[in-house]
Amino acid sequence: MSLAQIREHARGRLERLGNAVTSQVWRWGFASRFLFYMVVHSGTALRRFRLTVAEIYFAGVLSLIIILVSGLFVGMVLALQGYETLQRFGASESLGVLVALSLVRELGPVVAGLLFASRAGSAITAEIGLMKATEQISAMEMMAVDPIARVVAPRFWGGVLSMPLLAALFSAMGIFGGYLVGVQLIGVDPGAFWSQMQAAVDLRNDIMNGVIKSVVFGVAVTWIAVFEGYDAVPTAEGVSRATTRTVVTSSLAILALDFVLTALMFTGGKSA
Amino acid sequence: MVQIQNVAFGYDAARPVLRDVSLSIPRGSVIGIMGQSGCGKTTLLRIIAAQYLPTAGTARVLDVPTSELDREGLYRMRRRMGMLFQFGALFTDMSVYENVAFPLREHTELPDDLIHDLVMLKLEAVGLRGAAQLMPAELSGGMARRVALARCIALDPQLILYDEPFTGLDPISFGVIVRLIRELNDSLGATSIIVTHDVQEALGVVDYVYFMAAGRVIAQGAPDAIRASEEPFVRQFVNGALEGPVAFHYPAQEYGAELELEGS
Repeated sequence: MSLAQIREHARGRLERLGNAVTSQVWRWGFASRFLFYMVVHSGTALRRFRLTVAEIYFAGVLSLIIILVSGLFVGMVLALQGYETLQRFGASESLGVLVALSLVRELGPVVAGLLFASRAGSAITAEIGLMKATEQISAMEMMAVDPIARVVAPRFWGGVLSMPLLAALFSAMGIFGGYLVGVQLIGVDPGAFWSQMQAAVDLRNDIMNGVIKSVVFGVAVTWIAVFEGYDAVPTAEGVSRATTRTVVTSSLAILALDFVLTALMFTGGKSA
Repeated sequence: MVQIQNVAFGYDAARPVLRDVSLSIPRGSVIGIMGQSGCGKTTLLRIIAAQYLPTAGTARVLDVPTSELDREGLYRMRRRMGMLFQFGALFTDMSVYENVAFPLREHTELPDDLIHDLVMLKLEAVGLRGAAQLMPAELSGGMARRVALARCIALDPQLILYDEPFTGLDPISFGVIVRLIRELNDSLGATSIIVTHDVQEALGVVDYVYFMAAGRVIAQGAPDAIRASEEPFVRQFVNGALEGPVAFHYPAQEYGAELELEGS
């Protein structure tokens, strides 16, 4: 290969890299403007709150089964694994603390967020994408109705309000699962299980931080879901790709945000 | 009602879709814009609907230049027009009743019982009052188009745009839609623009026709004049002939060369 060919090859690669970076930056900018516009035009979603309530049902209530069952099993497994380790150090009565802190601080928001992204996020993207593909969004625009205010904003707020509630239910169900295995099955003293949990779990530092995480995850997942749906190429393949992107991007966003938030909240054994 | 003057449009500079298109649509008429697929007629409809802005020339719709409209002005103008999409574009999560009630609920503060009366009036006009509680998935193609038409006229528009309204309809549904377009236009005192490539069918309902090819208006006139036209493109199109200015074959290299035959 001559020097000129190598130079040409390298230039082609650099151009492709440049285009990829530019288009990604453009997409980020578009997504940010989309979020801003959606929040500014949320009047309809808040004034006609039944539109948002319908989306809370769609994103929240219909996700209950998978959230509750997963929470129960995660709590039961935590109790089994936790007991196995704690008893080696004679601390098996701290099982309630371990289960509750693991769930409230970490597993509740994160696992509920991942499940929410898979169940509700993908459904929101597919629904908006299909509305676009079947010209329902265009029809709305032609009726002088802003689709972002009428279709997107209620779904966004429905998701944002549902996520913390689902995370709380996940944690509650997990603690109940931990109780079933730890107290009812293994025989840990119920008084110690509950009283140590009550003493160790702090409302502000543990529960509030968990709630903050779940709110942040709710905003991230629902924003990604509505944006991907609205930006989907209006074909069957385009909607399919957008749905996949929602699940992958939301999941990665949850894991990255969880690390950042945990670092801010619980660094050095001290709460923020 | 609609004035298009020297309008050009392209999705990018290298591929112009419309070139120097001019047409004038008087109030109360039913106009057909015809031509083969890809000739730019749907793009022209979207320019009239102000979904696209012309890259050159002016489009005055309902006496307003579309390129001067802000978002509020655009929505104000669209409240005075209705558009029937190719496959209806009904909201699939709402019943027939709710679909027709949608624009009334969004743009008026009317009480529910008055909205009910208006929805029934519109559904009666398209003969589907009895289907009010059905969901869009339960409708045939023709019924869906009629429901979309009822929704389109819910706010008594002054301008009605039809994007390929006859595609995929059986002969009975087709006859119903043709009759409805004419009757609704005349009873509402509206103006209608039909974009279609179903020439023979559309010639029976329109007052005036614009023929388009390669982004330009190449012929225009009343339906009888179009039927009698000697223009080769119009003749080929109206008669559906294989031979004529529109070639059957997409441009390609020599057939012999493609098959690598000797001597070609």
